[in-house]
Amino acid sequence: MEKQQLNLHELLGAVHISADWVGLREVYEKVTPRMVRDGVPVANGIYSTHGIMVEVLSDGQFGYFGTSDLTPAGIALASEKAYQQAKLAAKYSLVQFTDEARPAFKGSYQSPFVKNGQSLSAGELNELLLKSNQALKVSDKIVSASSIIQVLETQFKFVSSNGSDITQDFLMIEADLSATAVDGANQQTRTFGGMRGNCKQIGMEYFDSVDLIAQATRIGEQAIELLDATDCPTGEMDVILAPDQMMLQIHESVGHALEVDRILGDERNYAGWSFVKLEDFGSLQYGSEHMNITFDPTVSNEFASYGFDDGGLKAEREYIIKDGKLLRGLGGMESQIRSGVDGVANFRASNWNRAPIDRMANLNLEPGNSTREEMIESVEKGVYMESNRSWSIDDYRNKFQFGCEYGKLIENGKLTKTVKNPNYRGISNPFWNSLKRVGNQDTFGIYGTPNCGKGEPNQVIRVGHASPLCLFENIQVFGGA
Amino acid sequence: MKNHFKNLSSTLFDSLNEGEVLSASFSGENSQFIRLNQAKVRQTGLVDDFDFGIKLIYDGRTTSGSLTLSGNMENDEIHAISLLATLRNDITQLPEDPYIVMPLGAPSSENMTIGNGLPFENATEAIIPSLGDTDFVGIWASGKIYRGNANSLGQFHWFETDNFALDYSLVTPENQMVKGTFAGKDWNQSTYEQNIQNSLKKLELMNRKPVKVKPGDYRTWFEPAAVSDFLGMFSWNGISEASLQQGSSSFGKMRHDGIQLSPHFSLREDFSSGMVPRFNGYGEVADESRTLINKGQLVQTLVSSRTAAEYGVESNQAESGEYLRAPSMRPGNLTQDKVVETIGDGLFLSNIHYLNWSDNPGGRVTGLTRYACFKVEKGEIVAPIETMRFDDTFYRYFGTELEAVGETTSVLPEVGSYGGRDIGGTICPGILVKSFSLTL
Ligand SMILES: [Zn+2]
Repeated sequence: MEKQQLNLHELLGAVHISADWVGLREVYEKVTPRMVRDGVPVANGIYSTHGIMVEVLSDGQFGYFGTSDLTPAGIALASEKAYQQAKLAAKYSLVQFTDEARPAFKGSYQSPFVKNGQSLSAGELNELLLKSNQALKVSDKIVSASSIIQVLETQFKFVSSNGSDITQDFLMIEADLSATAVDGANQQTRTFGGMRGNCKQIGMEYFDSVDLIAQATRIGEQAIELLDATDCPTGEMDVILAPDQMMLQIHESVGHALEVDRILGDERNYAGWSFVKLEDFGSLQYGSEHMNITFDPTVSNEFASYGFDDGGLKAEREYIIKDGKLLRGLGGMESQIRSGVDGVANFRASNWNRAPIDRMANLNLEPGNSTREEMIESVEKGVYMESNRSWSIDDYRNKFQFGCEYGKLIENGKLTKTVKNPNYRGISNPFWNSLKRVGNQDTFGIYGTPNCGKGEPNQVIRVGHASPLCLFENIQVFGGA
Repeated sequence: MKNHFKNLSSTLFDSLNEGEVLSASFSGENSQFIRLNQAKVRQTGLVDDFDFGIKLIYDGRTTSGSLTLSGNMENDEIHAISLLATLRNDITQLPEDPYIVMPLGAPSSENMTIGNGLPFENATEAIIPSLGDTDFVGIWASGKIYRGNANSLGQFHWFETDNFALDYSLVTPENQMVKGTFAGKDWNQSTYEQNIQNSLKKLELMNRKPVKVKPGDYRTWFEPAAVSDFLGMFSWNGISEASLQQGSSSFGKMRHDGIQLSPHFSLREDFSSGMVPRFNGYGEVADESRTLINKGQLVQTLVSSRTAAEYGVESNQAESGEYLRAPSMRPGNLTQDKVVETIGDGLFLSNIHYLNWSDNPGGRVTGLTRYACFKVEKGEIVAPIETMRFDDTFYRYFGTELEAVGETTSVLPEVGSYGGRDIGGTICPGILVKSFSLTL
């Protein structure tokens, strides 16, 4: 199935309204999920969407029309309706914008890949899924095993009346493996990094570098190991979090809290507000001096790298938190204009049918200088945790509770027995201030998730989070029911 | 759109080769969205989105695809035929699927609701002036929603509705909030203004200084909106037969250990409201009403025909994801005017937030209080509480600790819009729980 090719400049030429600014953002996305569960194919498909978001600015108010009628007449009609929406709302605008909110950049981005999305056939991918599925079933106690590969291809184009001209092409892969072991009332599930964390901008060479069969065997064995494990202890102790759990910790207790549109109250009816205030930028000690957070759209292969955001702003690496101090917000041009706070290029939409809002993209914790061994040796009593399975945080991004799939006790500086149902809870600001050691580059892992939800109307978006191993002191830890 | 879907799918059905079976689906909307903050417009626009899906079955194998329709038949036919050709090429490479659900040729259905909502060009003037200088934040979504399902054996279903929902929060200067929703299919200006006035009245209670409560166990009343969120958890590793069979359900204790919920707790699926179609993705039509839990006893789980084939159980025409489509919880006998008095000393929670399983097999759910949540002492509301985290199991709050159920039910409409606008809603009462555990 081929994508319909469009000339956006020609379509923009078909727009005849007296607006102050017009932009066309075309998105074509093809998702190819394939899944085998318990030896049987349960999903094979090719799902695509294709449309154009027509955005106009009039009387200081943006109005939009998301349309799938991609003819010049269709775009002209959409622009008229978008213009009418803007005009009608202008008298009640929250903010009076100019085209400063849509800076004009020209450029392109191509996500890195060696082998294209078609270089493995449907049959070859199913073969790989079947084999990895067999490998997950290490014992009769594995009652269910799933293997998933999803290939995503996205093409993005943006042109505007003030001269933006951007093309971005993405090839991405999500891979997941899952084994559920059951023994009576005891159920344990182990996956490939939790939260479908293994997602990257990469081509089919991914399958040359990752041995899915070996991973599947490990995951199956660990699910069985968890069945016989004792429950995670309860009490105040140290925790060492693996990068595939740090991903979630950064996402929920740093990323969402620093979205400037949240701080400005846009999101109060849905995801919530933030404990961070505009005046905290430049002064708040968000975490200990070991905490360095970057917004980094330049990391090769990370899930949410890009050249430009959906408002057309060029994306660059920036320190958000340096030595524990909060420097900069996650706010695109509109938020920067509204708040006066320094931001980043993170004005993103889930698709052609949604308007952009402030999102995370790649939000990473920079490596420190501790080795894995040094970190473990420094803990007298604690728990090492891997792979998120449960997440919940309040509407101000304060009180969180997270659960992991797999834990190991740390006793007198040594990893000892495996524990099941490891959970911990805390409050964001004191929690990050209890960050005692940050692992070096050798402990660094790059993850992401396709499932970040936000906005009204709702939008789900892809984010990347990379982190080293981290040690937090005196955390409330507990086990299962 | 109905005819466009019908004609496009017919073209594909006519093009099939020997041995091929094809089903088609349609999901679309013409929507207006107005996002509000501080009772002003933050973002506004329209979306026309029509998603066309096909599922090909051939030689014991199956594969699916979808594309966005433009509304132009010639253009849409070219793309749909090209998609079908791609699926044909893929399908022979796939492993056999022993549990394919073969479509049926009948029955067919049509359900079209005509709304009398606000024309798109009138929305801002109807909604905003009556908000005055309140701190109002939320989302207006309105317009038509379409769902269709057809197959090459002759079945054809169409569901079309036209509705609106204003989902909002009102905020005090001290940042305390109440939640409100105004949804329906026929707009009535004075009913709308009354809805806002009622929420503003509720907001006055929030002007009292919030108090901190300590972690511990509390007698707790949950308003229907909170109960609806608890019920929503059943649709995720809960009431699905497949999740039970695959060892990832919180209903295992009921199925395997004979544990029952409270005799006050009964739940069924009830499609009689017409808010959602009765047909599923396989084209099957569910019974209008079906008891799932009766007086605490698990009568049946949700079973799709695929799960039925795989595990040798009987299908009840559930959707393939085996989630609740039209949940309806039976009311009890506690009248609303007696609620606060009956709590005595404890908590009154209007809304809860960000639920997740903290121990799925144990039925344990964690989440937070949100919006109008109050401390109650000696049968009177004392003050709002600061946000608290809870962590407790539904085997307690719908089981051993469930003391009473409210006499009146509310309809909580689905207002979500990931991908497209949701339809349907939950019908449920409030509940009084003897002991509920706050942890942080
Ligand atoms: Zn998120």
